[in-house]
Amino acid sequence: MLMLLLPSPATAYEAQPLAANPQAEARLKALAVELRCLVCQNQTLADSNAPLAEDLRREVREMIAKDMSDKEIIDFLVTRYGDFVLYRPPWKLTTTVLWLGPFLLLGAGATGLVFALRRRQKKVTDVTLSEAEHSRVEKLLSEGVHRP
Amino acid sequence: MIPEIGHYALILALCVAVVQGSLPIYGAAVGSSALMAVAKPAARGQFLLVLLAFCCLGYAFAVKDFSVLYVAATSNSQLPLHYRLAAIWGAHEGSLLLWMFILSIWMVAVSFLSTHLPEAMRARILGVMGLVSVGFLLFMLTVSNPFERLIPAALEGRDLNPLLQDPGMVIHPPMLYMGYVGFSVAFAFAIAALLGGTLDAAWARWSRPWTTVAWCFMTVGVAMGSGWAYYELGWGGWWFWDPVENASFMPWLAGTALMHSLAVTDKRGGFKAWSVLLAIMAFSLSLLGTFLVRSGVLTSVHAFATDPKRGLFILIFLAVVIGGSLVLYAWRAPRVGLGGSFALISREGMLLANNVLLVAALGSVLLGTLYPLFLDALDLGKISVGPPYFDTVFLPLMTPAIFLMGIGPLAQWKQASLPALAIRLRWAFGVSLVTAVAVPWLMGQWTPLISLGLLLAFWVLATIVVDLRERLVQAEGGSIGGRMAALPRAYWGMVLAHCGVALFIVGVTMVKGFEVEQDVRMNVGETATLGGYTFRFDGTQQVNGPNYVAARGTIQVSQDGREVTVMYPEKRRYFAQNQTMTEAAISPGLLRDLYVSLGEPLEGGAWSVRLYHKPFIDWIWGGCLVMALGGVLAVSDRRYRLAWRRKEAAVPATAQMARPIVS
Amino acid sequence: MNRFLIPFGLFIVVVGFLAVGLTLNPRELPSPLVGKAAPEFSLPQLHDPGKVISSNDLKGKVWLLNFWASWCGGCKDEHPVLIHLAQSGEVPIYGMDYKDQRSEALAWLKEWGNPYQIVAVDEPGRIGINYGVYGVPETYVIDKAGVIRYKQIGPLREDILEKKIMPLVRELQNQ
Repeated sequence: MLMLLLPSPATAYEAQPLAANPQAEARLKALAVELRCLVCQNQTLADSNAPLAEDLRREVREMIAKDMSDKEIIDFLVTRYGDFVLYRPPWKLTTTVLWLGPFLLLGAGATGLVFALRRRQKKVTDVTLSEAEHSRVEKLLSEGVHRP
Repeated sequence: MIPEIGHYALILALCVAVVQGSLPIYGAAVGSSALMAVAKPAARGQFLLVLLAFCCLGYAFAVKDFSVLYVAATSNSQLPLHYRLAAIWGAHEGSLLLWMFILSIWMVAVSFLSTHLPEAMRARILGVMGLVSVGFLLFMLTVSNPFERLIPAALEGRDLNPLLQDPGMVIHPPMLYMGYVGFSVAFAFAIAALLGGTLDAAWARWSRPWTTVAWCFMTVGVAMGSGWAYYELGWGGWWFWDPVENASFMPWLAGTALMHSLAVTDKRGGFKAWSVLLAIMAFSLSLLGTFLVRSGVLTSVHAFATDPKRGLFILIFLAVVIGGSLVLYAWRAPRVGLGGSFALISREGMLLANNVLLVAALGSVLLGTLYPLFLDALDLGKISVGPPYFDTVFLPLMTPAIFLMGIGPLAQWKQASLPALAIRLRWAFGVSLVTAVAVPWLMGQWTPLISLGLLLAFWVLATIVVDLRERLVQAEGGSIGGRMAALPRAYWGMVLAHCGVALFIVGVTMVKGFEVEQDVRMNVGETATLGGYTFRFDGTQQVNGPNYVAARGTIQVSQDGREVTVMYPEKRRYFAQNQTMTEAAISPGLLRDLYVSLGEPLEGGAWSVRLYHKPFIDWIWGGCLVMALGGVLAVSDRRYRLAWRRKEAAVPATAQMARPIVS
Repeated sequence: MNRFLIPFGLFIVVVGFLAVGLTLNPRELPSPLVGKAAPEFSLPQLHDPGKVISSNDLKGKVWLLNFWASWCGGCKDEHPVLIHLAQSGEVPIYGMDYKDQRSEALAWLKEWGNPYQIVAVDEPGRIGINYGVYGVPETYVIDKAGVIRYKQIGPLREDILEKKIMPLVRELQNQ
């Protein structure tokens, strides 16, 4: 009877998750990796150990517990700290160049390439080789291959 | 005394640099052999002087001379010797000396390996490099002197940042700088060609090996930075699109584009002006990187201590060097001939499409990095641009480029046919598609991104197989081995480098798709399972290091009851500045990394522990290494070997197969 | 010739921005709350923990809200400026003791002087977050209607006080 009360030496105890609520913590992580730690040298809210970062993570945890949506939580932070706190720049008039720029660049580059090739084809015509030039080419090419 | 010798050596080096930057270029313009001949000895002299200065600084670190301000700021009496020496480049002033030292190494390499170049070209190349070194030496001697004295000497140094006390610090900066500075050679070639008006296919042929070697170093340097961040920072991240990381990635992208563009210019004499522009761009981005890291204009973990005076100096230097080059380009490039013609669907066309995509990607990274600055300067508010932006934008631009990577090598020069290519590649496409869908399905988790990544990776590999088969069939040499040997090394270099890209993509896709992590509180004896492995926490013990004290945890790892490994994560406290640091424990493997880091101590000897299972993550850096090896292989091609160059030129350098008629 | 000058043109534009960038501070974060209602608070007072100080009590007058802490070096730098301002009596200064220990805060004020009418205690730092505080010291100018009109990031200096803050305060007081 006593044996049943003693812990079995072969049993390995399972470690508990650090967070009280793992689902909420997962949601916190998903949000925090896109938020900026305001007092760090370019780190996410998830990775920073700064006191303000811990305070902000605490705030976000509480908001998650209150069942606030992702958008509401982000609005909360942006109202207080501005767009600076977001690592994903919001879609605004001032950020249209940012978001569209890469694709405009690609378009411009592709157009430029096509035009440059067309221009080149108009300007450049090939000249055929004469017999003498042809045999000279053969000689030069064969020399190259047999070099040790 | 020794620091003063170092200081004077730099002053002398500046004088030599001024001579090297002026006389040979002038000599080339007027045709004076005597003046042009100044270039080689000047470059070698500069190397010796800068080497002397470098050794003097190293000596000051070795003997712990805290009367030198820089040594006092970055070293400590308890710092082990190898880190004391690595601390030479641990902060701003010393890293500039490293830059300068590496520039002098490249200059001396050019001076020895350029016997096949026309005299005027060599004189101009070394002259341009001399001008660049004038800028850096002047910068050091005016506002960033590593030999500045601290009177009275400090009793104890402030210590090297604990994050930098690591083998990574010994190799990563030198590798990276070899790349950054190496692009100055391609730049010098480009400027020399513009100055002399000799912009032809031969120029491209001479430039290629220098560009490729610089690119190899850059690849290794950036990959090392990523790998180092991974194991040093404690949370398993390996790329953050941080401004300084971007500052090293942009020259790499430009360098990659340049290598491919030079292939077109070399083979077909086309797009010379574009190659020149890319060479200017690559080095400009290196200089821009130097500016961004040291000026305080952008916030970054990697930034050196900032000072607006220094920022202004670099900006003016940047404006003069790059502005001057671009003006020269605008003046001389229009006169450059056009070279052979080719259709849009051809190997040249695809190489240039690759260029368009790489430059668009480069432009996007630049846009994202500088955008917060743009808005702030226009008083339009403060924003942050981080990984979500770059990830969203970079992937759509790179995907077509990778896709093209499979088709390009199979396309014919001058004119290819899409339908014919499609037929040759249909097997490769089918195999890639099937594998890309099957693998994640077998592994139990499917997302479109995982399949896209695997599709691209397998596409690259499958197309290489198709191309290789076709070439082996056509090659002469009898046996398979003979035929393989008959294929030029440059081709094998390309194959290897492209394989490296495929491996890289596999690594990134698998890690991002399948990595798992767990944050647990572990009492002694407790276990956690992750990714099929069981981790058992066996407590911590105190460990004394040379300049720190640590709590070292012991974690037994087993799989299916069999013991796999033991891991020792640490939490260190460095004495000098009382800084705490997490030293993660990593168990690397071909197919996965296990990553464990200690969090905080809890009651009763328990600790919060973070566990990661990261599949295929080492393929990321392995892929980069293979890429760099590909580059090395390509450079060792027969055509670049010294014996190949003959003293008597039987073929005039300007002979061309097809003479273009400009109408 | 024209299209070959495009790279140079683009470059000059970028250099221009970088030059302007040298004069900016990328870590300074201006507040989006300027022009909006000051977040309400109702907190215990430092010197009299039984009593409460509420932002509503302060409606109808122009006042300064200064976030500070005893562990903050910059607060020590700006303190003489605050004392001087308090002595002039032009505008009342209210303190917000941010993430601090009561005993240390009291000792600090005893040693360096107390320019505040009342000091509120924000030990967990929540009010600070509501005000968008990311470092101390930070000072807000709040008008009679309870709207934030100005935020000073970092220590106050006499010249900033004279050139920016006091003219604004006087203008608000006359409304």
